[in-house]
Amino acid sequence: MSATFLGMPGNLSKNTDFPKNAAKAVQNSQLRFNLRKATHTIRGKRAAVVSELPDWQDLRAAGRAIKDHTLRHLDRYLLQLEEAVTARGGHVHWARDAAEANRIVTDLVKATGEREVVKVKSMATQEIGLNEHLAAHGITAYETDLAELIVQLGHDFPSHILVPAIHRNRAEIREIFLREMPGAPEGLTDEPRALAEAARLHLRERFLKAKVAVSGANFMIAETGTMVVLESEGNGRMCLSLPETLISVVGIEKLLPAWHDLEVFLQLLPRSSTGERMNPYTSMWTGSVEGQDFHLVLLDNGRTRVLADEVGRQALRCIRCSACLNVCPVYERAGGHAYGSVYPGPIGAILTPQLRGMGSELDASLPYASSLCGACYEVCPVAIDIPQVLVDLRAKAPHGLAERAGMRAAWWLFAREGRLAAAQRLAARLRRLIPRRLPGPLGAWTDTRDVPDIPRQSFRDWWKESGS
Amino acid sequence: MNARQEILARIRRAVAGAPEVEIPRGYRTHVTLEDPVGRFAERVGDYRAVVHVVPAAEVPGRLAELVAGRRMAAPEGLPWLEAVRGAAAELILDGPGLSVAELDRVDGVVTGCAVAVAETGTIVLDERQGRRALTLVPDYHLCVVQAAQIVASVPEALARLTPTSPLTWVSGPSATSDIELDRVEGVHGPRTLEVVISA
Ligand code: SF4
Repeated sequence: MSATFLGMPGNLSKNTDFPKNAAKAVQNSQLRFNLRKATHTIRGKRAAVVSELPDWQDLRAAGRAIKDHTLRHLDRYLLQLEEAVTARGGHVHWARDAAEANRIVTDLVKATGEREVVKVKSMATQEIGLNEHLAAHGITAYETDLAELIVQLGHDFPSHILVPAIHRNRAEIREIFLREMPGAPEGLTDEPRALAEAARLHLRERFLKAKVAVSGANFMIAETGTMVVLESEGNGRMCLSLPETLISVVGIEKLLPAWHDLEVFLQLLPRSSTGERMNPYTSMWTGSVEGQDFHLVLLDNGRTRVLADEVGRQALRCIRCSACLNVCPVYERAGGHAYGSVYPGPIGAILTPQLRGMGSELDASLPYASSLCGACYEVCPVAIDIPQVLVDLRAKAPHGLAERAGMRAAWWLFAREGRLAAAQRLAARLRRLIPRRLPGPLGAWTDTRDVPDIPRQSFRDWWKESGS
Repeated sequence: MNARQEILARIRRAVAGAPEVEIPRGYRTHVTLEDPVGRFAERVGDYRAVVHVVPAAEVPGRLAELVAGRRMAAPEGLPWLEAVRGAAAELILDGPGLSVAELDRVDGVVTGCAVAVAETGTIVLDERQGRRALTLVPDYHLCVVQAAQIVASVPEALARLTPTSPLTWVSGPSATSDIELDRVEGVHGPRTLEVVISA
C-alpha cells in the first residue's frame, strides 16, 4: 500500500487509478483468498436470514421510499432534528465540508482539556480524515472497533465497510498485535478468540478512563432527535455511554422522519449487513442523557452536490450495509483498497466520484470498476440502481481522463478468461440501458461493434490495436 | 451566510422541483406467533445465550441459584430483588454515587427489560434497568423477561418504547466477526448473557 492516504477529499495520488490498483491486488493471492472466503460466507448468511422474512420486498420498497421522501424534504427534517436535539440538551453544529467538521470537532475536544479520544467506527470521520487532523493538533484518536484497531495498528487502510480488516487473515492479525500492541500477551495464538481477548484487555482501561468519545450514527430521527448506532462488540456502548463528552459526526443523509420508521430499517440493516436477525447491540439516545455533554456535527461535504443530481441522488439512500460489496465480482478480485476511498465496492464506485467530483484519474475511473452485472442492485436493501448510476456517471466523466481510465478498466475486466462471462452480462445490461451508443470511452468501441456481441478474439485484437 | 444557512440553501436548490414520494407500507406491522415464548427462547439461544423458561412463581428461586456466591449489581425497584440479595455474595444498587471502577469489580448484573422481540431474539433495556454502564461493564448479564413483555416483531417493539429514554437493544452476548468472519462471543460487552423467561 502506498503511503498516500486516499481519504476524502483532496490528498489523492494523481498517478493511480482503479485498474492499476486492482491489478496489484489481483496478484496478491492471500488477499484474494481472504476476500473470497469472507464475502462468500457472509453472502450465504444474508441470504438465509433475508429469506426468513416473507415481507422483505415490502420492507425494501418502504426503505427506499422513506429515504427518498426524507431527501426530498431534507431541509425541513434537519431543522426538526436540530430542534428536538437542542430541546433535550444536545448541541447541534453544521459543517459545510471536511475542513469545517474537523475544526469543529478539534475545538470541542480542546475545550474539554483532553488529549485523547476513543472512537467508534465511523465512515463519516474516515471520510473527512478526522484522526489525522486531530493528530496534527496533538490529540490522539483511538479506534476501538476490533477491525479498525487491526487497521490502525497495521498502519493500513480499511477495505470493507463492515469488516474493515477483511483483507487480513488471523496469522497476519497475530503478527500485527505482537508487533504493535503494547502489552500483547507473549504466547498469543492466532485463534480468533485469543485475538479478541487481547483486544479486550488492551482497550479495557482506555474505555473506563476515557473522557471524550467520537462516533458516527446509523440513523437520526427528526421527530424525536434520537440517534441510533448499531454494533456488535460493545465498544460502541463503551464509547457512547461512559465518557463525559460525546461528539457524533453524521452525514446529513442519515436522517429518518419518524420513530416508527426504524421498524423498517432495524429489519433491513442487520440482515443485509452481518447476516444476523439482529446485531448484538443497538444504542439509542436522545440529546444529552445521564449527564453527558452531547454534540452533533451535521456533515455536508459534497452530499448536497449529490442531492442535486437526479440520477445520482439515489446513492444518498445508502445505509452502508455492505451487501453490495459481498456480491460484487469486481470487488472480490480487486479488494477494497483499489477504490481509493473509505467507500469501496459498488457503492464506492458511485458515491466517491459524486462526492469528490471526477477531477482525478482515480475518481474518473471508478464508474468503470464494474461489469454492470446488477447483483448489487438485487441485494441492496434500499434498492439503489447502482448500474444505472454507473452508466450515467460514465457519460459525465471528463473525456480525456475517462478515456484512459475507462479503457484500462475495460481491459482489466475482460482481458482474463474468467471475466468473459462478466463481459457478456455487461453487454446485455448495456443493451437494455443504452440501445445504441455507449457513453464516454466505450462509445468508440460501440461505434465499430454491435453491443451485444463481444467476440473474445476481436476484443483482444481491438485491445492490441488500441495499445496500452 | 453561516454553515447552517448555506447547507439549507444548497438542499433547497438541489431538490427544487423533485417529485413527492409516496411511502408504501405493505410490510407486516403485526405478526401472530403460535408460541411467542418458545420462539423468543429459541432465537436468544441461537446467539449462544443461556435461556431458562420458568413458571413465574419459581423465578426468585431460580435467580437465587444463579447469583449464589456472586457479587452482583442491579437497578432499584425489581420485584425479586430480595431473593437476589439473599443469595448473592454482595448486591450493589445503581445510583449516582456508583462509579465505573466499582462496577468493574462486580461479577455480574441482574435486570429486567422493557420489551423483548421473539422474531429476532432481542431484549430492549430502558432507563428502568439502570444507567447504561450498569449492564455494560460487568462481564455477566442476567436478564428477567416476563412473558407479557415478549412481542413478535420489531415494529411491535418500537411501538411499546419511549424514545426519550436511552435504550439498548441486546441480541446475545457481545460478539465480533472481524477475524475471518468467525463469530467470537465476548469482546467488550458482557461475555455471558443469561435470560430467565417468566412464563
Ligand atoms: S448501496 Fe445498498 S447494498 Fe450497498 S452498502 Fe449501500 S445500502 Fe448496502
